[in-house]
Amino acid sequence: MTGYIEKIKQISERLLKEGRVESVIGFRKGSMPMMNEPCIVNKPDKIKDLVWDSNCGINLTNYLTNRKDKICVVAKGCDSRNIVTHIIENKIKREQLYIIGVPCKGMIDKRKAAALATGEITSVTEEGETIRVKGNGFEKAVPKKELLQDNCAICIHRNPVIYDELVGDLVEEQKGINRYEDIQKVEAMSPTEKWNYFEELLSPCTRCYACRNACPLCYCPTCFVDESKPQWVGKSQDHTDIRTFHFLRAYHCAGRCTDCGACERACPQAIKVRQFTKKLEKDCLEMFGWEAGMTLDQRPPLDTFKNDDPEAFIK
Amino acid sequence: MKIVKINKNKWAEGLDSLAGSYSLTGPVKEQGCHNFKKLNKGQLPDFDFLNTKLSSKSSVFPQSEAMIEYNLDETADNHHIMKEVKKDYSKRAVIGMRPCDAKAILLVKMNFDTPDYKDPYWLNAYNATTFVGLACDQPATTCFCTSTECGPYHEEGLDVLLSDAGDHYIAKALTQKGEELLACAKWTEAADSTVMEKKKKEAEGKIVSSVQTDQLKNKVTLDLYSAPFWDDIAFACINCGTCTFACPTCWCFDIQDEVKGNKGVRMKNWDTCMSPLFTLHTTGHNPRGEKTQRVRQRFMHKLKYFVDKYDKGIMCVGCGRCVRQCPVNIDIRGVCDKMNGYEPA
Amino acid sequence: MNNPYLPYPVRIDDIEIATEDKSLRTFKFVFLNEGDEEKFAYKAGQFAELSIPGVGEIPIGIASSPVEKGFVKFTVFKAGKVTSHLHNMKVGDIMGLRGPLGNWYPWDKLQGKNILIIGGGFAFTTLRSSIKFMLDPANRAKFGDIHMVYGARTPGMILYREELIEWEKRDDINIHLTIDREAPNWGYHVGMVPTVAEKVGPPGNDNTYAIACGPPIMIKFTLPVLEKLGYAKDHIILSLENRMKCGIGMCGRCNIGKELVCKDGPVFTLEELNRTPKEY
Repeated sequence: MTGYIEKIKQISERLLKEGRVESVIGFRKGSMPMMNEPCIVNKPDKIKDLVWDSNCGINLTNYLTNRKDKICVVAKGCDSRNIVTHIIENKIKREQLYIIGVPCKGMIDKRKAAALATGEITSVTEEGETIRVKGNGFEKAVPKKELLQDNCAICIHRNPVIYDELVGDLVEEQKGINRYEDIQKVEAMSPTEKWNYFEELLSPCTRCYACRNACPLCYCPTCFVDESKPQWVGKSQDHTDIRTFHFLRAYHCAGRCTDCGACERACPQAIKVRQFTKKLEKDCLEMFGWEAGMTLDQRPPLDTFKNDDPEAFIK
Repeated sequence: MKIVKINKNKWAEGLDSLAGSYSLTGPVKEQGCHNFKKLNKGQLPDFDFLNTKLSSKSSVFPQSEAMIEYNLDETADNHHIMKEVKKDYSKRAVIGMRPCDAKAILLVKMNFDTPDYKDPYWLNAYNATTFVGLACDQPATTCFCTSTECGPYHEEGLDVLLSDAGDHYIAKALTQKGEELLACAKWTEAADSTVMEKKKKEAEGKIVSSVQTDQLKNKVTLDLYSAPFWDDIAFACINCGTCTFACPTCWCFDIQDEVKGNKGVRMKNWDTCMSPLFTLHTTGHNPRGEKTQRVRQRFMHKLKYFVDKYDKGIMCVGCGRCVRQCPVNIDIRGVCDKMNGYEPA
Repeated sequence: MNNPYLPYPVRIDDIEIATEDKSLRTFKFVFLNEGDEEKFAYKAGQFAELSIPGVGEIPIGIASSPVEKGFVKFTVFKAGKVTSHLHNMKVGDIMGLRGPLGNWYPWDKLQGKNILIIGGGFAFTTLRSSIKFMLDPANRAKFGDIHMVYGARTPGMILYREELIEWEKRDDINIHLTIDREAPNWGYHVGMVPTVAEKVGPPGNDNTYAIACGPPIMIKFTLPVLEKLGYAKDHIILSLENRMKCGIGMCGRCNIGKELVCKDGPVFTLEELNRTPKEY
């Protein structure tokens, strides 16, 4: 994946010089191992800062919402599906965008890498499909697939679905994967077990809302948890309020979520928040045969009506 | 002050004695993260961490705290009369906070303990607490405490400083409160007082990161405020509250009424300047409606407004939590150096 | 330890509809506990948190004057969650009052000076408090000439109208009322506040201070007028509003630079404001 960067830089430079776009949204190198920082480049001399590697897990579609300018954006498979959703939901116009498509083989989960060492990780480098993790008196090379973010490990849409230019050959899509093993486990639980499971899952939540704010779908001008007239949800650490936030957020993403993993990656408490969104993603697939963001021609199932809708009450 | 040696085989026993007089809080590992939790009887604090995920500020400033209570039942006596929630402020001790977190509590104290007003909830908890620090022999690469007037063995704000010396801890009592705690735990064996000094030097030598702060005071507020770098710093920010919640020196809070049936409480909840709601007027006008304005506020507060207001250095102890936890890698160290070095054109 | 979050219990003693569109009401509160009124000793220009159990708190300028005893008054615009609830409350209802909060108009510095008061819309409450204070027989001799320009959209939107008409008859204050457009039986000025202020305002000098309170747009156009009249920036006094919660300088949201509007303000001179970020 590191080989893509020269192509990204070339395209960006060309577009900026030709005046085709006003800015490029991509990543620059972060100050920490396994962290790249989203950035916007609008002068050709800043293009050298752009990077691409397996630490670009943040979904850049989040930075496109309601922009008015002409922008070039670097997009992985999941990002591109969120761009489709953004276009359908009128958050950006297709004509404004120049999409650099990046065929993706997955992003590194920094927590999985950190778990390899007892102390702190000081550097992580990437050589093809091998990741070299270094710490204080520690060094280990591991196959990248062992360190993938959970959502990347089960990703079946690694190639961008919408783009103006690709930075490399399309990659082979993963086949024969059960995307919902973890969800099926929860589905099989008794109500009490489920209650306890979610109770424990959410116990570290501080309501910092990093999951919501990292999500390209969460662009509501006022989120329901922030509304004061009427105030739907309390603002303390009350467990009911915390659960309400997570469940309702997941429902609001139903049929729109691409399982990009931005929420889980952003959570400072390492809560597996995809447990909620993924259940609804699964339901949408099973009930409506729907995968979000695959086409510009069809609206998500929860904002359209069809005569063969499986829910009888709606007819 | 007294320095004692605590053999690790006397550790549990001592904590047990303490539990008779103090309610104890300490780092506990849950779901992969260390955080400060109440220690149950017999439970030992887990010291196997670089630093805790959240700071120990919650020991005096809980994320949610009921301040006032009332009854809205009009048939009841004193309905709608607001009363202070009565709380137990008996002795408690925090065991194993890092020195940076202790220094942070002193910085936050300047906000809650002022000549004009005193926050009784914060101060009562503070006065009831004995703070037992755990010196930092293996600082993280994101630690920059030695350039924030703090350090891995910094004593300010602590009552006792513990240092792990293999099969034993060395404990230095720093206040009367600290001496009382050591006596209560029956940790009295005299220790070699030079060991701690040596370990302190070693630990300070391991701090690899720093910030430049010497020019901040001389800068003109409005120059820094209108500096050209804020948009670039703020671009990646997703406006979550991670940095502010993780920060040991962030003290901002919200006040909210919560009612169940006829009984209600007025709560203090952590709030964050990263949220647009923090400053939104009822008219819809928002003085910090743009992301850049909010990011700038956070850094200006910590690195300029606080410096000017109190003349006690910056409102940051160099714990590095915001650096490690920011989902998009906004790094206060770089921002601080930019501000410190900024010359208006 | 004195708990600054704990409100004094008060009873709503009277509610008056203050404007023709009913968007403003004046609430008169009496303290339930003996001694609380004395503890609530305030100066003109300060505010308080109106505190409704189960709903929340809202910072509002004190409209009554320190020279009025036995009650405190607030004129409240119906806008958000707390003020909307308050507008539906009745005489006799019990709630809380927390304060007095913030600083006040600099009465020490203003002694012996001429004063130009400029108000617009419903931001006249603490100005009413101030004028009532200065006109009190015990105080009037402490101040020089007093001029007042106050405007609203229509005659029916002018606050404390009857009182103003009484004051208009006095010879120890120059009252200039104005409305935006002509209205039947209106015998005073017509036009925007800044325009009227430019016409009738006394020239600025060392011995003359201007105090202005009003909507942002009025302030924006009044400042150049004051400058033209010769007022120095440290002789122009303004009162700010920002979102507040604690009111005691702790919760952190109302700051403009290092100043907290709730505690270091709400009253600032233009000179002071020019040194801070315009985050209000």
